[in-house]
Amino acid sequence: MTDSHPRRTSLYETHVALGARIVPFAGWEMPVQYTGIVDEHQAVRTAAGIFDVSHMGELRLRGQYAAQVVDYLVTNDAKKLADGQAMYTCACNDRGTILDDLIVYRRAQDDWLVVCNASNRDKMSAHFARAAKDHCDFDDESDATALVALQGPRAFDVLSKIGADAARLSSLGSFRFRAAEIAGIRCTPSRTGYTGEDGVEIFCAWDDAPALWRALMAAGADAGLKPIGLGARDTLRLESRLSLYGNDIDETTNPIEAGLGWVVKTEKGDFVGRTALVKIKAEPLARKLVGFEMAGRGVARHGYALLDPAGQKVGVCTSGSPAPTVGKNIGLGYLPTSMTPIGTRFLVDCRGKSVEAVVASTPFYKRAKR
Amino acid sequence: MSDKVPPDLRYTREHEWARAGAGEVTVGITAFAVEQLGDITLVNLDVKVGDEVAPGKPFGTIESVKSLSDLYAPVAGKVVRINEQLSSKPELVNEDCYGKAWMIAIAPGDAKAFGTLMDAAAYGEYVKTAAH
Repeated sequence: MTDSHPRRTSLYETHVALGARIVPFAGWEMPVQYTGIVDEHQAVRTAAGIFDVSHMGELRLRGQYAAQVVDYLVTNDAKKLADGQAMYTCACNDRGTILDDLIVYRRAQDDWLVVCNASNRDKMSAHFARAAKDHCDFDDESDATALVALQGPRAFDVLSKIGADAARLSSLGSFRFRAAEIAGIRCTPSRTGYTGEDGVEIFCAWDDAPALWRALMAAGADAGLKPIGLGARDTLRLESRLSLYGNDIDETTNPIEAGLGWVVKTEKGDFVGRTALVKIKAEPLARKLVGFEMAGRGVARHGYALLDPAGQKVGVCTSGSPAPTVGKNIGLGYLPTSMTPIGTRFLVDCRGKSVEAVVASTPFYKRAKR
Repeated sequence: MSDKVPPDLRYTREHEWARAGAGEVTVGITAFAVEQLGDITLVNLDVKVGDEVAPGKPFGTIESVKSLSDLYAPVAGKVVRINEQLSSKPELVNEDCYGKAWMIAIAPGDAKAFGTLMDAAAYGEYVKTAAH
């Protein structure tokens, strides 16, 4: 991860030409912002945004037993998926803590795609390869696969301008995907995202991403489509309370305390981490990940201590930022279960200054149904 | 934008600027710093008039959407004025970092300290290196 040679996606030159500020992220040189985080954030909430997320990992499992291998490694029930359907899930270790959070795509009963975080690609690639050995074919397709996200209330207006096939994507159900052709490029759009807005994430061949990006940008000019960097991607996901691996969840946290119990199906049959998770579910939780708003002047940041009203350290902030749409300084953090009811007041140690905060209901932002 | 540096100011390696006035040195942060920080959301000046400040010791913090940074005094001395507007209008830093968004004014303990700071030419070079 701290490799001395950061990698570049096929869109790197595109980002530089758009004036992006490039930062190192999980071994990649990625755009953190183009025009500004707040401006980009608002564009996604009110119009549309386009993201390069080609750094994500894509793992492919094929063969008669591919479904069983995938299902054995994830906490959610992959057996419930139909062809062309995807689901969010965790992958845990034997202790029931989180190796990664994933989206699993069933292309066919014998053909599965698993998308993992860039920061976990090597770990998850090895994990799936090991499990697949002697059971099904495994390919790490990350280097050959680009991923472009198009998100926002006008995302489908943008797609409607690039041909009949793209226009029909608005009929795709949530967490559904299919093969498509957009601007002459063969790709796989999926109705998923990491912003709390409607939209698609589009897989395509590594070298096709610049042409796909150009076509989407041209089609979106009138709709207010903007390129969005990792900075706004983070504020968008935080407002929607979507977990960030490495911040809110990691190998020291389990899905139950992280509020991801809805993707843990202990009754589905055996899977890695099941025994531990059954036990975790049966016992009272010591702590929970909660959302909070700052009541005083200050922004909680990842790693800041959370204190009880007496000033004793009782928890830790895992994510925190000003929230452009919500208009408050918000955060996520682990607190003892007794302190997790909404409205509970506590303190955040903002580098030596105790600033008041209050447990809030999440998601902080929910888009209006249309 | 950020590679243009006002010629009449002096600069620190932490990207503060210093302006010499009558018996005081006014302090703010440079356009390069603002561009690196992005949208400024909070300016916390942790000093009051009469407090002593010194280089290497933060006199406050500035928060953008993404990060928090310390603010350092370019010269040692006593705080004589504070820009109270910044606590309610942090966006001034994005709008006018060399003007309306001045942060504090210091009566320097040593009148010669100001002259030891980087001049505009040296800071311009320094920024080029910092930005690669």
